[in-house]
Amino acid sequence: MGTQIAFYTLAAIIVVSSILAVTAKKMMRAATYLLFVLIATAGLYLLLEYEFLFAVQLTVYAGGILVLFIFAILLTSANSDRAEPGDRKKIVSGLVTALAGVVITTLVTVKHKFLYAPPVVTPENEITMEKIGHALMGTGRFQYVFAFEILSILLLTCAIGGILIARKR
Amino acid sequence: MIPMEYYLTVSTLMFFIGVFGFISRKNLLAVLISIELILNSVEINFSIFNRYLYPDHMEGMFFSLFGIAISAAESAVAIAVIINIYRTTQNIDVRQINKMKN
Repeated sequence: MGTQIAFYTLAAIIVVSSILAVTAKKMMRAATYLLFVLIATAGLYLLLEYEFLFAVQLTVYAGGILVLFIFAILLTSANSDRAEPGDRKKIVSGLVTALAGVVITTLVTVKHKFLYAPPVVTPENEITMEKIGHALMGTGRFQYVFAFEILSILLLTCAIGGILIARKR
Repeated sequence: MIPMEYYLTVSTLMFFIGVFGFISRKNLLAVLISIELILNSVEINFSIFNRYLYPDHMEGMFFSLFGIAISAAESAVAIAVIINIYRTTQNIDVRQINKMKN
């Protein structure tokens, strides 16, 4: 019962805040609604019992990316923060695309018979910090040291690229 | 227990709300926020499939983890580009940005 209340609350927060985030006229409000979506998503991870993912979602998304967004909005908001005149054609085409996509995807999801048992977290399949560390740093099967290193190169490249693009000339 | 389809419906709605925002918004930062919504819904999906269909593995969780890191890198570069565009043209409206040089 408790999980159900938590799930429905989080789902409502996610859907309502997502709609508000893409329709808000002021960019600062859109960023705030995005923050609500990201925190509710972290709640879903906690409900699925991925505690590490919950922590990463909160620190990287809600802590890092959102601060970056707010900086960018404040740096560029001089004359672009006002209400943008609605382009009716774009809004209609977006609505049609989104509604068609939701209907098709939901139909496929509901029609498809997923075979799964109720997920129970046992001591064997519980994802502990030790298992995550071994999987991130190991070179064997189901271990990810290569992807981890590639990711660190990507982040370094992005840091250098960001500085190069945004510096004053 | 909450059926898996409920989680999938939430992430489907989030994905297509992001698609709607991507098509209809004019501000470059709003477009970027829509992209973040799309990426976030995909990451939820990875962990849902992992938890419900393959509870003994953790591939889905690592896909989500790497996805979060990649979207962080992507938004950092995109925001650098947007700030640079703002510096040269004084606005970030997608309709006004139609020249590569000025």
